[in-house]
Amino acid sequence: MGIRFILMVNKQGQTRLAQYYEYLTIEERRALEGEIVRKCLARNEQQCSFVEHRNYKIVYRRYASLFFLVGVDNEENELAILEFIHLLVETMDRHFGNVCELDIMFHLEKAHFMLEEMVMNGCIVETSKSNILAPIQLMDKA
Amino acid sequence: MAGGTSSIMETLFQRTLDDMIKGLRLQLIGESAFVSKALDEIRREVKSTDPSTKSTALHKLSYLASLHFHDMSWAAFHVVEVMSSSRFSYKRIGYHAASLSFNDDTPVLLLITNQLRKDLGSTNEFEVSLALECLSRIATADLARDLTPEIFTLLSTTKLFVRKKAIGVVLRLFAKYPDAVRVCFKRLVENLDSSDPQILSAVVSVFCELASRDPGSYLPLAPEFYRILVDSKNNWVLIKVLKIFAKLAPLEPRLAKRVVEPICDHLRRTGAKSLMFECVRTVVSSFSEYESAAKLAVVKIRELLVDDDPNLKYLGLQALSIVAPKHLWAVLENKEFVIKSLSDGDPNIKTESLRLVMAMVSETNVVEIARVLVNYSLKSDPEFCNEILGSILSTCSRNVYEIIIDFDWYVSLIGEMSRIPHCQKGDEIENQLIDIGMRVQDVRPKLVRVARDLLIDPALLGNPFLHKILSAAAWVSGEYVEFSRNPFELMQAIFQPRTSLLPLSVMAVYIHSAFKVLIFCLHCYILQRESITSSCPENLVLGVSESVLKREMPEDSGLIRTTCEALPVQGDKGFNRRASNQSSEVFSVENGGDRTINHGQTSTPNFSEKSSFTYESIVKLINLVELAMGPCMGSHDVEVLERARNLLCFIEVIKGEITECLEHKEKKKESEEMKASEIIKLMSDAFSEELGPVSLSAQKRVPIPEGLELKESLDDLGTICADIQVPPSNDSNLFSLGSPYNGEEVGVSASELESKEESEPSNEATALLTDHRKRHGLYYLPSEKNEIVPNDYPPANDPKLRDNLNNDTEDLVKLTEQSLVTNKKPNHAKPRPVVVKLDERDVVTITAKRPEPNDNLLSGAVREVLLGSDTRTTTSQHNPPDKASSKRKGKEKLNVDPSSKLKEDLGDSEKPDHENPSSRRSKHRTHGKERRQKSPSKPAEERENNGQKGKQKSSHRARHKAQERADAPLNAVSQTPVIPDFLL
Repeated sequence: MGIRFILMVNKQGQTRLAQYYEYLTIEERRALEGEIVRKCLARNEQQCSFVEHRNYKIVYRRYASLFFLVGVDNEENELAILEFIHLLVETMDRHFGNVCELDIMFHLEKAHFMLEEMVMNGCIVETSKSNILAPIQLMDKA
Repeated sequence: MAGGTSSIMETLFQRTLDDMIKGLRLQLIGESAFVSKALDEIRREVKSTDPSTKSTALHKLSYLASLHFHDMSWAAFHVVEVMSSSRFSYKRIGYHAASLSFNDDTPVLLLITNQLRKDLGSTNEFEVSLALECLSRIATADLARDLTPEIFTLLSTTKLFVRKKAIGVVLRLFAKYPDAVRVCFKRLVENLDSSDPQILSAVVSVFCELASRDPGSYLPLAPEFYRILVDSKNNWVLIKVLKIFAKLAPLEPRLAKRVVEPICDHLRRTGAKSLMFECVRTVVSSFSEYESAAKLAVVKIRELLVDDDPNLKYLGLQALSIVAPKHLWAVLENKEFVIKSLSDGDPNIKTESLRLVMAMVSETNVVEIARVLVNYSLKSDPEFCNEILGSILSTCSRNVYEIIIDFDWYVSLIGEMSRIPHCQKGDEIENQLIDIGMRVQDVRPKLVRVARDLLIDPALLGNPFLHKILSAAAWVSGEYVEFSRNPFELMQAIFQPRTSLLPLSVMAVYIHSAFKVLIFCLHCYILQRESITSSCPENLVLGVSESVLKREMPEDSGLIRTTCEALPVQGDKGFNRRASNQSSEVFSVENGGDRTINHGQTSTPNFSEKSSFTYESIVKLINLVELAMGPCMGSHDVEVLERARNLLCFIEVIKGEITECLEHKEKKKESEEMKASEIIKLMSDAFSEELGPVSLSAQKRVPIPEGLELKESLDDLGTICADIQVPPSNDSNLFSLGSPYNGEEVGVSASELESKEESEPSNEATALLTDHRKRHGLYYLPSEKNEIVPNDYPPANDPKLRDNLNNDTEDLVKLTEQSLVTNKKPNHAKPRPVVVKLDERDVVTITAKRPEPNDNLLSGAVREVLLGSDTRTTTSQHNPPDKASSKRKGKEKLNVDPSSKLKEDLGDSEKPDHENPSSRRSKHRTHGKERRQKSPSKPAEERENNGQKGKQKSSHRARHKAQERADAPLNAVSQTPVIPDFLL
């Protein structure tokens, strides 16, 4: 399983989106998110975007007030995950038009939907923006 | 009617998710109150009969569960209800909630099989996709087994949107239900030929995951992967294929040879950093023996290193550390950069470069590198400082101090590291100080000096992280006190006022060391006296003086010299080394005639004091100890109390006699003096026995005494001790009272002995024991000093050893020397001191690395499918795909009654095994073609049958689901596996 989880966290450390590809109990999730957020948010722009945590590797990137954190296996290619994050942001941008934290808060299910299109069971299955957005647009119309 | 209105009211006034989120945002404080109110509403609304109200409630609940960590397992049944809703928007909410909250233990999972099957077969591709999505997250073994046929169908659907997701699900399917491989694997492989980039990307990702768990099984697919590697333009796909090859190449050298060139091509051509890095990583991890490829990769690594982007820098360092073990030159080439990165602003980069620096360490450069690193550690923040210290310690101690040649240097380095203000590596340093002391005989004088410096420094006592180190230093000083230049000074260091800051456990070690030092001083003193009296009996006759001091004064220096030279004959082994030195010193001081003043003055670094034991100094010493022990008698810690009491009692016994017999020498008879000195000698002998590391197999060498029945069953003990309250879980611990020496071995509890018998290898028993020890450390004695019996000693109750104990220490010295000489190996340049090693590794961590049973099953199944080998495991045989079998039934004989079906299947099941090997083994390329020819007819047939079957079966299965589950074990035995013959 390449991608283990995807988190979106704001500057204050509040989780705005959490998608796990393996089952963790609520307590495990709370602990994990707390640790990761503490670790990643403390880092500055000049530092690299990879953090090792427990048996995960966290690849993160900050866009405005929002941190995108992706937990991956140690095998995973960090740069590819960075590109994946960027693709995700671009896709959201295209859909919401200049996406911001509020968009994700109030359209969480759409964000989830995009992720579901892109990632299946931890594997990235779709990398074309229009393919990702097609079903969502269809649903919006319906 | 009332119900109807209330539901309308609820619908009208229900808060939507948006309302809730807005509400949450407004709550700056008291969010929890708001949330609990919302949860109350949800609990009410979710019971509503109105699907809209219900689904909205569930939506809100999912939101709270996902982002605010609220439990939603209580709503599992409502989730199932919403999932089965016919409206897509509701259904979606239900499915999302299910994948969020269901796990293997969720009871309602039994209820959703049919719903999933229905949605997987839906004509609406979005519904199918929802079900696939959910299945990929929550599939259990049962779900996987029951839904394998549906997935199989979807794997070749023309709707790409659905197919790519079905491919993603396969991973979970295989993991949960390995027999699904037999059904689905072929179709999965077919998708590798797909021209569609989405499908290809999905299927390559899946194979990448599969191959990372068990690469060997996927070797036959190498030609397909090779084609993708050469043809594909999609970086994502290429990265995944590279990962697959990184796993496959080490298994098949011929494959590596063919693949390395295309990989280098990509490496040269690509502009994408991610692909470039993946190529580099693949080359350095799996193709490093190809010189040109490795060189190219190192060039690229260098590009990464010099980049401004910290990400690339970090990855470059990481790649270097992968390449380091095989091509150290690559690291050395970039040495400067690596060292510079130690002071980078990013802790991750610093850690990575530290790892690299440690990789460069060898016996020739360890001194310089350690110097550089210690300097860095002084400048860096506490966290990184400790990381540096930790890695120095672990690198230097690797393989029993393999790279250390100059132990004197290393010991003083340890001393230096202990003094670094941020040092928190007390435990590790403690272990190493004691370990080196026991293993390396030649370094002991230096070790004692370092330990003395640590003990004597009052500043160190205030740092709680150093207490462990001090405890080791105290132990070393006590144990090897014969190398000490000045035992009096040592004693004063041990009892300096600030030692009250020490924790009690360390205090106990201090007291014990003081005991050893005291014994040593007394013993030396008595020897000194004895030799004087024996060598000049005229002393007694003359009866010149009352006190020793006065008596000694007039003696000529020649006499003193004989005293000292006489010492080694009876004395401590360490003593002879200083004999000549000592005598001359004493001589000079004698002439100076100011010995009395100097005695016990710690501040004067005068060499002379070290062994000139005079009566006054001894009395002072005893008084000092007595004084210091006073407060310890009131201690609440048993260790401290007991040791202090021992020490005081000993002094009590000795004191009177010593004072008397020495002061009134001429009056008292020798017999009385003998009594005191006898005791001292005895103690001294006991303490001077050399301690060494203990081999883990030491217990095996101890013969079991006659009449000791170890294998006796202790079952009836329960009845005997019935009236004693025994904690149920750890009753075995009651028997594991370790003895102070090899407590690890002796303290074998009854249950463990039994297990030892059963599982022959004693390693396992020791592992169990260490495990036990770890968990119940409370019942064992502290381990630091447990491993104290030298490995090469004869077994504990060997008569020879008893002789040794009673004999003079010389024998012991000889014995140990002999044992050390045998494993002495010559070293170039500077002779490396002998390091005592045990035949086994000291740390035996047998973590029986057993691959997960599921993986075994999975790889077995994959191999079987790909190679037609007979590696079918027993479990997979007894775990019949009853769905598959029924499907098979549908295909061949649609209307067979169940009883005859069994027989039919029995016959059929043998077939694939016979036919597979020949056709499957034919080389890779051909199997691709062959497959393409054969496949079109089968799937079509299959799908059609499946459709029928699905309709027939669905209602029937749902009804009998629960009952079936109960019967499962029975079924497993009675049914033989039936594997559809899709592969031929």
